[in-house]
Amino acid sequence: MFLIRKPCQIHSNQLCAPDNTMEKEGICKFKQLFSYLGCFLRKFMFSILSVGPIPDHIAFIMDGNRRFAKKRHLLEGDGHKAGYESLISILNYCYQLGVKYITVYAFSIENFKRQPEEVQLLMDLMVEKIEDLLRNGSIVDKYGMRLYFVGNLGLLSSTVRAAAEKAMQATAHNSRAVLLICVAYTSSNEMVHAVNQAIRKNEFDSVEEEHIEKVPMIKINDIKRHMYMSVAPDPDIVIRSSGETRLSNFLLWQTAYSPLYSPTALWPEISIWHLIWVVLDFQRKYAYLQKKRKQP
Amino acid sequence: MVATDSIRKSSSRMAQTPSFALLILWLLIHLVISIFFIVLGIVDTVEDYLISSGFLKRYDVINVGKLRYLAIVVDSEDAMQINKVLKLLQWLTDIGVKHVCLYDSEGVLKKSKEIILEKLSYAKLYEEGDEKSALDSKTMILEFTSQFDGKEALARAANLLFKRHLKLSLGENQEEKIFTEAQMTEALKAVGSGGPEPDLLLVYGPARCHLGFPAWRLRYTEIVHMGSLDSMKYGPLLKAIYKFTLVRQNYGNKHPLLRIGFHSIWRLEVYLFILINIFDRQVREF
Repeated sequence: MFLIRKPCQIHSNQLCAPDNTMEKEGICKFKQLFSYLGCFLRKFMFSILSVGPIPDHIAFIMDGNRRFAKKRHLLEGDGHKAGYESLISILNYCYQLGVKYITVYAFSIENFKRQPEEVQLLMDLMVEKIEDLLRNGSIVDKYGMRLYFVGNLGLLSSTVRAAAEKAMQATAHNSRAVLLICVAYTSSNEMVHAVNQAIRKNEFDSVEEEHIEKVPMIKINDIKRHMYMSVAPDPDIVIRSSGETRLSNFLLWQTAYSPLYSPTALWPEISIWHLIWVVLDFQRKYAYLQKKRKQP
Repeated sequence: MVATDSIRKSSSRMAQTPSFALLILWLLIHLVISIFFIVLGIVDTVEDYLISSGFLKRYDVINVGKLRYLAIVVDSEDAMQINKVLKLLQWLTDIGVKHVCLYDSEGVLKKSKEIILEKLSYAKLYEEGDEKSALDSKTMILEFTSQFDGKEALARAANLLFKRHLKLSLGENQEEKIFTEAQMTEALKAVGSGGPEPDLLLVYGPARCHLGFPAWRLRYTEIVHMGSLDSMKYGPLLKAIYKFTLVRQNYGNKHPLLRIGFHSIWRLEVYLFILINIFDRQVREF
């Protein structure tokens, strides 16, 4: 199937100012042509990729924002802002490619141990960007995206928690694409939470001590059902930027058959080429991974 | 403009072109990637020869003390090749690794535990507390795990906590009990799946996934893919352990395609860099 659904538009407003001279107009037209070619090339590459299996769910560990800021001599907050822009790019590429679920590791419970100013900066940025996402014409509208905030939201301040809950409610009717944002999340916290929930759901009103051994046991599926991530299937791929090879307490339960990729680019430097390479490699291993997933 | 009009026309023509052309292009791309990996395999074989013969001096001295606990994940089909597993363990002993956890999801290695321990006279089975004990230069501690120690162990630990919860609710203390991570760790130890967290995990299989290795022990473990057990080599094993023992800092200063795939063919970087950079800048816009 050939997936160029919408033709590439010439973004004349963005590239050409109205008061250009003749010479600048020439350069401007050249830029327009290049931009159009770039869009066409991207859609063409995605059409080729779509011949093979496309992952249904990709998880990203967005590592390297602070190192990026240091490398470019920026303020620390600017590294995180660049990281957000990179996230929006990647979301656009993934949803255009046909990926339905995307999970991003935005803030770990361990990150609360950072400097309070940095934590506050990140929380403020999160609230600001949630409001941006809920505006008309944002990427959420463009792809009919449903937002989930996954993690121990009770650890967040009331402002952030309220913004997250508002975003989840506002997008609850969407179903074309899903974005899961892991905030105040660690996999070990998720597993313990799921066990606690399973215990609470399994308890009886009153049990005599001699009957405790006869109470139905908690099974793996009971725990799985109460995981924060039970709203999405297991990821097909995990991508961690900045070359680190650890999962860092992210989706440990869900990634038994999810290959981990570690491009060395920092998160703000991640590009479409990384995504293309990862999907091509995933297609090479698809038969093996499917066989493993179907085993009991 | 003439150029953009012609591109629009070709775009609509392509929308009608059968997908056979795309299939051919897709197959071609995968063929090129396969050839690339074959070339990479040859480079790895040459590197393995150089490391094994001692030509690459930097691998002569490794601070293996930094690697306190190593885990090996093997695909269950490959795990039936016990002679390969024994060879791998022998290499690890030569390198000086003291604690090894072997994992395969079906438990094939667990079933072959006696054979392996018999063949490796210097190896002994892991017991709780072993990670703190000092070992002589020849002994290696081996642990055998499977999915029984993964999700199934977590369910058993959950049931242990559940029974504790029921007993508490019978008592005078009627407060709601919420179990913590520390209590989960204790419960996992109590059900016999409480081993230490590995520093490094080597995956021998077609893909770099942990295949269900006990999640509770994988939080900050470095995961490295070694290829299939069939084609295992000493050089890459030594290199992986050597790299782990170094302090690494990555600043991602090379182009993605080149960094991921072309690290062994550095000469092509200069020629490809210019071309890819031009397209990269344009493709990022939308």
